[in-house]
Amino acid sequence: MSRLTEAFERLRAEGRKALVGYLTAGDPNLVVSEQAIRTALEKGLDVLEIGVPFSDPTADGPTIQAAAQRALAAGTTLKDVLDMANRLRRDYPQPIVLFGYANPFFCRGIEQVCADAAQAGVDGLLIVDVPLEESHDWRPHLRAHGLDFIPLIAPTTSVERARLILKEATGFVYYIMVRGVTGIRTELPPDVAEHLRQLRTCTSLPLVAGFGVSRAEQARVVARDADGVVVGSALVEAAREGRVEALLRELRAGLKQVEGR
Amino acid sequence: MKSSEQLQKGPDERGHFGPYGGRYVAETLMPALLELERAYREVRADDGFQRELARLLRDYVGRPSPLYKAERLSERYGAAIFLKREDLNHTGAHKINNTLGQALLARRMGKRRLMAETGAGQHGVATATVAALFGMGCAVYMGEEDMQRQAPNVKRMELLGAEVVPVRSGTRTLKDAMSEALRAWVANVEDTFYVIGSVAGPHPYPWMVREFQSVIGRETWDQAMEHIGRLPDMIFACVGGGSNAAGIFEPFIGRREVRLVGVEAAGYGIASGQHAASIVAGRVGILHGGKSYLLQDENGQVRNAHSVSAGLDYPGVGPEHALWADQGAVEYCAVTDEEALNAFHELTRLEGIIPALESSHAVAEAIKRAPKLGKDAVIVVNLSGRGDKDLDTVLRISGGNVSGGHCCAIEAKEGEKR
Repeated sequence: MSRLTEAFERLRAEGRKALVGYLTAGDPNLVVSEQAIRTALEKGLDVLEIGVPFSDPTADGPTIQAAAQRALAAGTTLKDVLDMANRLRRDYPQPIVLFGYANPFFCRGIEQVCADAAQAGVDGLLIVDVPLEESHDWRPHLRAHGLDFIPLIAPTTSVERARLILKEATGFVYYIMVRGVTGIRTELPPDVAEHLRQLRTCTSLPLVAGFGVSRAEQARVVARDADGVVVGSALVEAAREGRVEALLRELRAGLKQVEGR
Repeated sequence: MKSSEQLQKGPDERGHFGPYGGRYVAETLMPALLELERAYREVRADDGFQRELARLLRDYVGRPSPLYKAERLSERYGAAIFLKREDLNHTGAHKINNTLGQALLARRMGKRRLMAETGAGQHGVATATVAALFGMGCAVYMGEEDMQRQAPNVKRMELLGAEVVPVRSGTRTLKDAMSEALRAWVANVEDTFYVIGSVAGPHPYPWMVREFQSVIGRETWDQAMEHIGRLPDMIFACVGGGSNAAGIFEPFIGRREVRLVGVEAAGYGIASGQHAASIVAGRVGILHGGKSYLLQDENGQVRNAHSVSAGLDYPGVGPEHALWADQGAVEYCAVTDEEALNAFHELTRLEGIIPALESSHAVAEAIKRAPKLGKDAVIVVNLSGRGDKDLDTVLRISGGNVSGGHCCAIEAKEGEKR
């Protein structure tokens, strides 16, 4: 059983929701970002999404774009990210997902990346710009190295299409709540609950929802119908301001209100 | 007459040209791309659509564009040089061939709003133009640096009723404009039609744009047969993303007697590292929805392109060009900013035609090779656009001292500015 599957099963057994967090590796440099990630892992993160910076992050809003630019300006490479994952793996039990865009992975070689990631103790890959239609080059290598392939489902994804995507999915399902790029939203769309309930009928995999979450109340509302929430841009900002622990505490408080039900 | 079928024509059903192309986009956009592909397959086979497009290309754009024999240029360089006059199209470039097709398709699909990215501004102007024609809303994403380089086109778009959205991220040129356009499309994907201007981006764009542009090549074929009685020996076209080149090359792909030459921008020279020659000097990578040749560093980060011409200043290239390069169906080379500028002046002075800096790259390679080909050789250069938009750039680089020196008034004016 993969570390991700195991982690979600344990959370489910304990009646808890998963707090999934994204941080861009190398922002603003490797040392500082590793410290922020360690703080997050120590202060309540259940699953870590570690961002591999890319020069042209077309699905990201200004916050994560800027984080990627700072990381690249500091010279962060995929190898640095994998080395960091490896150090984190030795110290923490939480699942680690490598989150990024296709080209830096493709440039190193898909098979090589999977081998390196598995070696570093990474548990899954989420590649934003590799949809189902392009995933056939990637999936066999992920599987061969015991890595989960985390799919994205969007509000624009039909139920029929979701079924096709979920047939190939392992680990968990990442539901993008908004029509748009990453970034903090004051309001989340009203159709999130409905979409999540529909997705439930398509898969037995854990569902986490992200894009836009920054506050306890949002976490609470979303987690009513999801197995967890993802916090990205808000966590990146919190890391810059030294508020990682405070933000995670706040979000956890929101999740607690719907836990154990 | 039909060109050879030996080489693959068009992408496979998932949008791959050999190992290139595809749909490397976030899931949010996939349903829109699938819907677009279905709609495009329908109109391709729809006589009513094709008739309306043909009518607009004739009466609104002014097609067919002439195939003009440049006598003085031919005399100086020793081969028969013909210019395919896309610069004479309405809006001054080949871009409108494609935007008309896509806007007609958008209307069929019930979309109320168009959006586009633009580098030189030609595609933005062509999109704003068809938006006005069809009474649609229009937003054009343009890098801030390009807005300065191509100021007249910004004004034209605004006059046409489009909103020009300045892009301040990254290099503030075409690459970032396209990234920002993709981000904006994600947020408005249900009511907005994204008009991509090049044979790049995710499937079906590279295929669809090339088909809308291949009217250039079909006309060139017919006009060559009519005027010369045979096909040309060589065809030159500039390649940034590669839409004008794909359009003029496509009917001739596989015809061994016609040599096709795609001319990329070598900027300050390939060795300088400051260029936009993705095929000549790039490696295979994935950007903006497709796999193709790409300027990138050893870690897969996209490198900044450089070209004096905003329309070629892009680190990628259409996937079909990548396949043609691998197959040897088209030869790709690159010319520097300086060579392109010289060709710009040469064509202006010899023929009274001011070419776009993009097209000047094709002219430069053509006049470099013409003397070696001999008097009987027939060359076609795709003059993809006119150069009015580039006057500021050319004058700035020349320091107001335009070659030949018959421009005291302009020099004086530039002097005042300095």
